[in-house]
Amino acid sequence: MTEVSMTVNGKAARASVPDNTLLVDFLREHLRLTGTHVGCDTSQCGACVVHVNGRAVKSCTTLAASAEGAEVTTIEGLANGELHPMQAAFKENHGLQCGFCTPGMIMSATDMVARYQAAGKELTEEAIRHELEGNICRCTGYHNIVRAIQDGAAKMAAG
Amino acid sequence: MTRHEPRTQGKAKIDGGVASDEKHDSARKHVSGEAIYIDDMAEPAGTLHACLGLSEVAHGAITGFDLSDVRAAPGVVAVLTANDVPGDNDMSPTGLHDEPILADGRVQFFGQPVFAVIAETREAARRACRLAKIDYAEEPALIDVADAADDAKLVTAPLKLERGDSAAAIAAAPHTVRGQMRVGGQDHFYLEGQIAFALPGEDGDVTVFSSTQHPSEVQHMVAHALGVPSHAVTIEVRRMGGGFGGKETQANLFATIAAIAAKKLNRPVKLRPDRDDDMTATGKRHDFLIDYTVGFDDEGGILGVDFTYAARCGYAADLSGPVTDRALFHCDNTYFYPAARAVSRPLYTNTVSNTAFRGFGGPQGMVGAERIIDEVAFALGRDPLEIRKKNLYGTDDRNVTPYHQTVEDNVAERVIAELEASADYAARRREIAAFNAKSPVIKRGLALTPVKFGISFTATHFNQAGALVHVYTDGSVHLNHGGTEMGQGLHTKVAQIVAEEFQIDIDQVKITATTTGKVPNTSATAASSGTDLNGMAAQDAARQIKNRLIAFAAEAHDVPKDQVVFLPGRVRIGNREIPFAELIGEAYMARIQLSAAGFYKTPKIHWDRDKGQGRPFYYFAYGAACAEVSVDTLTGEYMVERVDILHETGRSLNRAIDIGQIEGGFIQGMGWLTTEELVWDGKGRLRTHAPSTYKIPLASDRPKAFNVALADWAENAEPTVHRSKAVGEPPFMLAMCVLHALSDAVASVAGHTVCPRLDAPATPERVLMAVERMKAEGAR
Ligand code: FES
Ligand code: FES
Repeated sequence: MTEVSMTVNGKAARASVPDNTLLVDFLREHLRLTGTHVGCDTSQCGACVVHVNGRAVKSCTTLAASAEGAEVTTIEGLANGELHPMQAAFKENHGLQCGFCTPGMIMSATDMVARYQAAGKELTEEAIRHELEGNICRCTGYHNIVRAIQDGAAKMAAG
Repeated sequence: MTRHEPRTQGKAKIDGGVASDEKHDSARKHVSGEAIYIDDMAEPAGTLHACLGLSEVAHGAITGFDLSDVRAAPGVVAVLTANDVPGDNDMSPTGLHDEPILADGRVQFFGQPVFAVIAETREAARRACRLAKIDYAEEPALIDVADAADDAKLVTAPLKLERGDSAAAIAAAPHTVRGQMRVGGQDHFYLEGQIAFALPGEDGDVTVFSSTQHPSEVQHMVAHALGVPSHAVTIEVRRMGGGFGGKETQANLFATIAAIAAKKLNRPVKLRPDRDDDMTATGKRHDFLIDYTVGFDDEGGILGVDFTYAARCGYAADLSGPVTDRALFHCDNTYFYPAARAVSRPLYTNTVSNTAFRGFGGPQGMVGAERIIDEVAFALGRDPLEIRKKNLYGTDDRNVTPYHQTVEDNVAERVIAELEASADYAARRREIAAFNAKSPVIKRGLALTPVKFGISFTATHFNQAGALVHVYTDGSVHLNHGGTEMGQGLHTKVAQIVAEEFQIDIDQVKITATTTGKVPNTSATAASSGTDLNGMAAQDAARQIKNRLIAFAAEAHDVPKDQVVFLPGRVRIGNREIPFAELIGEAYMARIQLSAAGFYKTPKIHWDRDKGQGRPFYYFAYGAACAEVSVDTLTGEYMVERVDILHETGRSLNRAIDIGQIEGGFIQGMGWLTTEELVWDGKGRLRTHAPSTYKIPLASDRPKAFNVALADWAENAEPTVHRSKAVGEPPFMLAMCVLHALSDAVASVAGHTVCPRLDAPATPERVLMAVERMKAEGAR
């Protein structure tokens, strides 16, 4: 067993868990934050993406212990009273069907927008498609997801 | 203002009625992570977890079965084998009794469930599973349909469609071509994998939360497996994270095991296989080997066709009968065959039993039709689009299908003509020819293909549905129906229909989880029929209540019934208007029943399978798509440059949702025909059982330009709900244009003189091989 402590969505979280506990299981089972989904268990679909210290990671292949002391944000922590602009953009642009990929998509999207903004690079449509390589959606054909990210990025830039 | 003037007066339109672009009902919950899938439900104390032990040979008898290490492993509570099934160890959906829940003495495919471990944690169950020692006496296995003998075993009775004397027509035709085509299968890759969560109740009762498109069937399977009446079993599903047909029968396995374990141990049991086990142990789209002969005249008019559709069905029938039937029903696509013969061969193979997948055999059938169009075009040196248009069904004549149904609602010609214009086909055809003439390595290709897809379950009795509507005294509405939500927006559309009936805002209508306890004996949410059937049933329920309200208001206020009018948010009774909720309150006080069960059955349809004749489809859905690709003829790699789609959905209930179905269906279809390749090795082991090896389309695979339009003039010729049309499956087949655009690009290598016979999936390897073949044949 290992003691893990981290800040999740701004709140301190601490638990004693088996050494091999995955971050996704820590979030879903210990903290009941079930918006982070498991689609493949093997780091390929992106349904489990969360932010660890501000960067998108796949929580299905991250040990809880390796997030020791980290700031973790999940889809549940993104909204601040009202929906985050990226969440609102996915809703407004019909960027979802079954919704299973949606939390991971949004967490990847906010990460990519932040990275491009920090680097002063333009997040083109082509760049969005390329950046989404680690996020699979089986329902939408990605068209509305890409539109949502463009819209969300614009809203985030507007502040 | 009079005393009775309500707040709502003046509102011209309700929010979220029919023909509005209402957002998916769970959109807010999905973006905030609050939507609850089965794996997200809080687990009661004492919940156990199951894992399936899968066979490691494709065919053979079990000669040694040592599970002692499994039982002794940490955390293990029980191990189930076939002997632990208290009722019938069978989950065959068609009553053929050929599909054991757990293998009994022999296994028939690599990955067949042989036992189940129930443990305190999911990880303990998974670890224990690996400790089984099973010996098999292996027997010869048939993996690939190409290896099937002429008298090979079938899993179910084949179908034959026959109209006219095709042999004579082909023999007399000025030209004939004979060929063979291979069409691959497809894994559903629903993002939420299979899952079931069973809670034992008192008596023989059990409740199973199952990610299923067919709760009633799961209920029957669980009841049979437990040996209890159906009334003891309740199945519930609020939403699935994708289904696509993969949860029509394939949920049965997981639900029955979870239920058996839950009842045996009297503890909640959850079964969620990991992705590899899910892909290995559950059925997929059937791959087909299509043999064809076509006879045609000098102008490219088809005179006669003969098709044999052989399918890899796997070891059991599952839905292979209706799937292979539907392939034959679509061997015509939009084309009239003066004489036709088509037979199916649903072959037994030692592979997982293949199942429903969006289109349900229809796509495989149509791909055969489009191949013969290509054959005719190349034989005569014509543009395939010209041959397509030449052979379309007519409206007043040339309109009878190989199954003797008359096509009454044909709009294919108009759809094609409009798309041809909007996609600028002719000009691009010339540009591409000019480009290819100057470009030795990169070759471009263009193709426009139509779709006509038959709507209705071909088993007539499935075309029924029920709904339950309650209006509470505050005017809020509880809606339940037999359909399931898998992301397609069914719940949203049905709620729009109910809101429209009552003229209340959609947020007044609460959509509730599908459960066998509220609406019984439902059909699968499949065959694109979800809205057609359940929307009508819900409308019927709402109308019953509305009619009672009208009768009550007319009597209470002493006005004729036609002076009771439902306006947005309010009701006009004579010259007085009151809010909807106020009328409900009055009706309740007057003891008017405010709940109704609605029902619908599709009219007109009938089908005689033995004769191969009837009207299996209520109507057809039409569309067309045009793709342009560029192919690197040195590597076989390609890009989809542009796709234009025109699809008709009747009078769309929700354009945003319908366009989403078209875009998603197209990309999924494109995956099927291009990158998604299932590979079984000689041992019958599926080698593509994870997204690392099985390539579904990514965001970057989407066409560079993608223009999707709905035919705004369309309306259903039949009186469907608000004259809309089904949209779940038909767009999938629009993706055929990509396969044919690739074929066109490949053909340019040999000056369009040789039919490339490009099989599907057209992976870069296959494209390259076709290019090489063209070079060799073109040089001859
Ligand atoms: S579940 Fe983590 S990437 Fe798929
Ligand atoms: S919306 Fe279903 S996987 Fe993306």
